[in-house]
Amino acid sequence: MSQKKTLFEKIWNDHLVAQPAGRSPILYIDLHLVHEVTSPQAFDGLRAAGRKVRQPVRAVATVDHNIPTEPRGTPITDLIAAKQIAALQSNCKEFGIRLFDIDSPDQGIVHVIGPELGLTQPGMTIVCGDSHTSTHGAFGALAFGIGTSEVEHVLATQCLAQQTPKTMKIDVRGRLADGVTAKDLALGIIGQIGTDGATGHVIEYAGPAVRALSMEGRMTLCNMSIEAGARAGMVAPDETTIAYVKGKRFAPRDTEWEKAVAYWRSLPTDEGAAFDKVVEIDGAQLCPFVTWGTNPGMVAPVTGRVPDVKGLQETDRRSTELALQYMGLEPGRRIEDIGIDRVFIGSCTNSRIEDLRAAARVAKGHHVNAKVRAMVVPGSQTVKRAAEQEGLHRIFQDAGFEWRESGCSMCLGMNPDILQPGERCASTSNRNFEGRQGRGGRTHLVSPMMAAAAAIAGHFTDIRNWKFQ
Amino acid sequence: MKSFTVHRGRVAPLDRVNVDTDQIIPKQFLKRIERTGFGQFVFYDWRFSGDGKRNPDFVLHEPRYEGASVLVAGRNFGCGSSREHAVWALADFGFRAVISSSFGDIFANNSAKNGFLAVRLSEDEVAALMQQAEEIDGYQVTIDLEKCEVRDEQGFRATFPMDEFVRHCLLNGLDDIGLTLQHEAEIEAYEARHPAPAALRAP
Repeated sequence: MSQKKTLFEKIWNDHLVAQPAGRSPILYIDLHLVHEVTSPQAFDGLRAAGRKVRQPVRAVATVDHNIPTEPRGTPITDLIAAKQIAALQSNCKEFGIRLFDIDSPDQGIVHVIGPELGLTQPGMTIVCGDSHTSTHGAFGALAFGIGTSEVEHVLATQCLAQQTPKTMKIDVRGRLADGVTAKDLALGIIGQIGTDGATGHVIEYAGPAVRALSMEGRMTLCNMSIEAGARAGMVAPDETTIAYVKGKRFAPRDTEWEKAVAYWRSLPTDEGAAFDKVVEIDGAQLCPFVTWGTNPGMVAPVTGRVPDVKGLQETDRRSTELALQYMGLEPGRRIEDIGIDRVFIGSCTNSRIEDLRAAARVAKGHHVNAKVRAMVVPGSQTVKRAAEQEGLHRIFQDAGFEWRESGCSMCLGMNPDILQPGERCASTSNRNFEGRQGRGGRTHLVSPMMAAAAAIAGHFTDIRNWKFQ
Repeated sequence: MKSFTVHRGRVAPLDRVNVDTDQIIPKQFLKRIERTGFGQFVFYDWRFSGDGKRNPDFVLHEPRYEGASVLVAGRNFGCGSSREHAVWALADFGFRAVISSSFGDIFANNSAKNGFLAVRLSEDEVAALMQQAEEIDGYQVTIDLEKCEVRDEQGFRATFPMDEFVRHCLLNGLDDIGLTLQHEAEIEAYEARHPAPAALRAP
């Protein structure tokens, strides 16, 4: 008798190595992505215990979090950051792990290069010491972030003991309107279910509005799953997925390809399979969003206002007041009246070629507002080259945007790209936490088009009324 | 791993919801490659002003909460970034446990790997502890992992959920890498059925 299963359950079951009585199931990990910040203590742990990396070929490393986005070759003046990069280099060498180093033509944000190199494939289990590992779920993979102890665990055993998560289906009906992007969908969902709305769950995004998204859009959507508290986010593989993976450097070839595709086609959730929770969203009702507070759930339509605290219950009122105080905003302020100082287009959420095309289309023929400093940070060297081949860098530069080298950059400000205290930024990244982009910095999360438009207008503006040139 | 059985200690209240790991340990301190010494940076932006001056108003700097080893905080504590540095910082600062009504999943996982307890109680129970910590000087609770119970001398008593295996590891201070390696035969069998793809094996 065949039981109806979800996409998540199929992948989970296919990766169970052991289910010891009274213990968490042990799951096999197909791909382990490694970066400089969350790995050094894990490698130290291996050395201290005299352990080896079990499957060095299943680990792939790059440097992304703390590297400068100045032209490559500029010396790294932050000595502690330089030491961390050197540690990754020597650890990869010692344990035989493939590293796309700072001077590699394939270097980039770990969640950008995994997919573009074809490392990320449907049906895989993928982990990384980074919460935005959920990005890879866009391919119908089970991908989730882990801490450094678990990084060490995967290096040593290629497995993880994991409690079985619950499942949640987010069904997005209708179509997204012009100017409404995957980022707005993600912000709309988090605004509705809250930053802990999916805690303990793996989300499967489904419905026509999700099916209509490109792979880049699906990556943006799955990327933000963690901002709703989810363990992971997934989209079932389909023809869009298969077409994207085909021919990529690490994708299967020939008969392996045929076999893989047949497996991938078996993965989508069976009709009638049960989820622990189901959320329905009307995609057609969504609009471009702007966050106004200090977590991604504090979000308003661009046509809306900063919320009033009156009528909120005590806990929400106080957290809203604290957020508004930090953000330097008062209740009732029109979102479109909020002026900005900085713009950041980049991050594992929105730094792929399609994101840059969308932003460039807005910027074309315009100029960045005189009081705004705007930067574009491609997600990888591959994205950067592709954008330059299309002439996008010229459009940005002519419009007064800085065109920089690839990395995580101002998403988390571990490198020199940070906000100054009080500076207000329209950012395509994923977190508007206090101090995230620099102490005292004020982050508003938006889509790449909305960020480009804000750079030019000097304040938030509804992209649906934009005069494209 | 350090084991956790029963701990009694002073309680400090952090009356905020959605305390993310960026708040617990800001990014400028993540560049260190050691596992120790993060305590001095915990809640840095709240504890210190921009020019590095100690903020005397921050709750952990109030003399009555000095030496606190149990933190009570609002819901969704430890959300956001996967940085285990957040747990290292809290533990290094002297905390053995955080009590909240919910936790970020990765933070909760990271806690369990470090002999540090993420204790989940109901919102009402958390509010009650928060109030006691604010009203009673030197307020202490006992966290009993053997009974999965939090109690105080004023009559508070509440049980908390904890995965049985995680509890077993914490009580005994077990290295879970060692436990997984007990399944060597099963891992080998799995790998025999699912060899690494050729593209990954190529140099």
